[in-house]
Amino acid sequence: MSYIIDRRLNGKKKSTVNRQRFLRRYKAHIKKAVGDAMNSRSIMDMDKGERISIPTRDISEPLFSHGDGGHVERILPGNKEFTAGDRIPRQNPKGGDGSGGGASDSGEGVDDFVFQISQEEFLDFMFEGLQLPNMIKQRLAGNESFQVVRAGISKEGTPGRLNVIRSLRAAHARRIALTSNKRKQIRELEKVLEIEEQKDTALRDQRKIEALKSEIIELRRRVGRVPFLDDFDLKYNLLIRQPKPRSRAVMFCLMDVSGSMNQATKDIAKRFFLLLYLFLQRSYEYTEVVFIRHHTSAKEVDEEEFFYSRETGGTIVSSALKLMRRIMRERYPDSEWNIYGAQASDGDNWNDDSSTCHRILIDDIMPHMQYYSYVEITPRDHQALWEEYESVRTLFPSHFAMEQIVDVQDIYPVFRQLFSQKVTARC
Amino acid sequence: MLDTFASGSDSQKPESAEPISTTSEWTFELIQEYDRAISELADEFGLDTYPNQIEVISSEQMMDAYSSVGMPVGYNHWSFGKQFISVENNYQRGLMGLAYEIVINSNPCIAYLMEENTMTMQALVIAHASYGHNSFFKGNYLFRSWTDAGSIIDYLIFAKNYISRCEERHGLGEVEAILDSCHALMNYGVDRYKRPYPISAIEEERQQKEREEYRQRQLNDLWRTIPKLGEGTEEAIEKRFPEEPQENILYFIEKNAPLLESWQRELVRIVRKLAQYFYPQRQTQVMNEGWATFWHYTLLSELYRRRRVTEGFMMEFLQSHTNVIYQPSFDSPYYNGINPYTLGFSIFSDLRRICENPTEEDRHWFPDIAGSNWRETLQFAMRDFKDESFILQFLSPKVIRDMKLFCISDNDQENEIVVSAIHDESGYRQLRENLAGQYNLGNREPNIQVYSVDTRGDRSLTLNHTQHRRRPLGKETPEVLRHLHRLWGFDIHLNSLNGDQVTASYHCPEQGRDRQEGEEESMLIPKPI
Repeated sequence: MSYIIDRRLNGKKKSTVNRQRFLRRYKAHIKKAVGDAMNSRSIMDMDKGERISIPTRDISEPLFSHGDGGHVERILPGNKEFTAGDRIPRQNPKGGDGSGGGASDSGEGVDDFVFQISQEEFLDFMFEGLQLPNMIKQRLAGNESFQVVRAGISKEGTPGRLNVIRSLRAAHARRIALTSNKRKQIRELEKVLEIEEQKDTALRDQRKIEALKSEIIELRRRVGRVPFLDDFDLKYNLLIRQPKPRSRAVMFCLMDVSGSMNQATKDIAKRFFLLLYLFLQRSYEYTEVVFIRHHTSAKEVDEEEFFYSRETGGTIVSSALKLMRRIMRERYPDSEWNIYGAQASDGDNWNDDSSTCHRILIDDIMPHMQYYSYVEITPRDHQALWEEYESVRTLFPSHFAMEQIVDVQDIYPVFRQLFSQKVTARC
Repeated sequence: MLDTFASGSDSQKPESAEPISTTSEWTFELIQEYDRAISELADEFGLDTYPNQIEVISSEQMMDAYSSVGMPVGYNHWSFGKQFISVENNYQRGLMGLAYEIVINSNPCIAYLMEENTMTMQALVIAHASYGHNSFFKGNYLFRSWTDAGSIIDYLIFAKNYISRCEERHGLGEVEAILDSCHALMNYGVDRYKRPYPISAIEEERQQKEREEYRQRQLNDLWRTIPKLGEGTEEAIEKRFPEEPQENILYFIEKNAPLLESWQRELVRIVRKLAQYFYPQRQTQVMNEGWATFWHYTLLSELYRRRRVTEGFMMEFLQSHTNVIYQPSFDSPYYNGINPYTLGFSIFSDLRRICENPTEEDRHWFPDIAGSNWRETLQFAMRDFKDESFILQFLSPKVIRDMKLFCISDNDQENEIVVSAIHDESGYRQLRENLAGQYNLGNREPNIQVYSVDTRGDRSLTLNHTQHRRRPLGKETPEVLRHLHRLWGFDIHLNSLNGDQVTASYHCPEQGRDRQEGEEESMLIPKPI
């Protein structure tokens, strides 16, 4: 007799543990592949999974085996034209077609071990070792989220929340309290009764015994009348809704769209912003993004316009900072938000404007910032803006970071540097 | 064409039964019915099986099963993850179909059916796995004497729990390192000639404590450095340790490695026990697959003869069957060695033919078998042989001709490769012997044995490799030695011997030998514990 069992509903992911072990072991390889992928990817699919390839040699499990050489006799199927005694000249590089072929002397002919990691895993590896400066504020964010927590015992509640143990304990205590007096009397009466009954028959006072007995019975009756469980014994578990602190962040993206910024530069900026956004999203439950673009005047725009519409004109960076300051004051009080700023520019600015930027940053923006990062995308020398920002950095060394990016390949390393720096600084 | 199935089968009363099903959809009721029909037939043919447990699973679960060598429970290790990832990838990219079945040598015998398969395929798998393989597991002498089907699952659970306890106590990395090293030596964790005790979980757990203490005591004796009183120079007649060379390297390490903790010894033991469990499977691949293929073919053909299955069913079955036993010839791009299904199936089928319709040639080659009862002969062939002896005994000239086998002799001291025998009168015997030799695990794997331990000196361990026809060791040897070094804890020397002559020596740690190419430090260098 056979047993036929439907196992289709059993767990599918039995191998997950083993898979994770594998990833853990080859972390270094995967990290490298992720780093490479970061640079070659197009902007929009930054957060997809990735194909990882590892040289087969690195993951092979070695075994004792025969190498090439010696005298080997092989049986092969499908003879067509050979007869016994035929001699075949040796084809050098092949060395016969034994098993495997991985040991052939060309060596490098073995394929890599290629596999796919998921988006989640990809991001894990991408941001591995990076850390937000340890400054996450957790504030009450309106009344959006509540958590139901236990809050002791209450006298009121629904039957479903009845706490049986506490109820019975209360009932027990009440019964003890209400009857102790009477039970004490009973004990005393019984003692008297016993003494009376042990007296000699002649001396016994039968009437007294009767009276004692009836008194005891009466008292017992009254003890018995105390109810086993009363309404006010009932105790209920009390659950209350507690507002839950929600960590949330807003990220300001500031970009220069003046004539000097071309599409390639903007692409670089966009990748940088995207990385930062993905990173923040993993650290906070809720992330908002504010896009501010500027040339001579600044404007809050949506994502589409931020990245793709072009304008020309001169550059006044302080206009963007002013707008940012206003939006922060109006919509994002720093008591409720973790505020991050990311600014990308090619470094051009009206000369006398840079000092204004410096002032605004120091007085009004930096005190509210969790972290402000500035990337300058230019192969050229730095200008006044960079210098002004450097002095900001000296004032807020742990909240302000700046780096220079020359081309696409720099984005990920620079990003890593910006955020791992903090870790080492704190150590 | 379909009529050929009827030929040759025993003269049963031709039943005009209704087909069990007519569509390719399967249901649990139908599986049950097919199983019952096949089971009745198997009884008629005298197949003795363990009870069957047939589990229907999804393709994802099949991939899980794949990567744990079919075992329903297994300890965790990255190499299974690697296996899983590559199976998953290949499957998703359509590079490979999943096997139709996995079957486990246990009692009850567990076979997996994939839900994606058609009814025909399910029936094929039931016949192949639940009756073919199953009866092989129960009948073949290697399985009977080397494995204990009743307790393997319990043992696996014991192993899994033990290893995860070790991971909690000693850390993932430590455990992984030991397992890696054991896996590298897994093929040398087998007693080839001694019959081991079958593993049993309850016994294991009961004895485990005892073993720990005993081992420690034994070790202390071996490595005692305090001189005994009255010990004089006359004692200096050095006794070699071990007195006899040891083929079971893992066993030797478990018992004698000086520095291993007792939990590490237990890990070595677990890997060794599993290696022992899988050893018969590695030795009977051709027979096992051939037997199962022969029986699915015979059973389903018989079902068709009795009109219990439709012609459509039969066509689908035949297509899968021919795929399974397809043998590309040596010069085909698909050639990947001799297909064990083909070879085994051909030998068993031909054996039946020899019994039923012997020719002159058969009478000459197989005087005992020709004309005998085919069921008994096949049972005999299945029970008492392993691949090597099976081929040596039963590979008939007809099969050699059909498969057009030929033998090439590749001697690195000559400039040309010689075709030493082909499928003709003068070549049969040599072909048969050489093919059998090809399935001798002793020839396939280098013969490496523990030779001696320097118990008085630096505690180094020396291994000897006895060359088979001057074949040298492969490129991975230094890597494996590093694993061995991790387990042993002291220097390892490996001498490769041709006769009495040492032709190559490997040392770990290396002794001023020039590093060979492709051997540079990988990131997996085991560090000594």
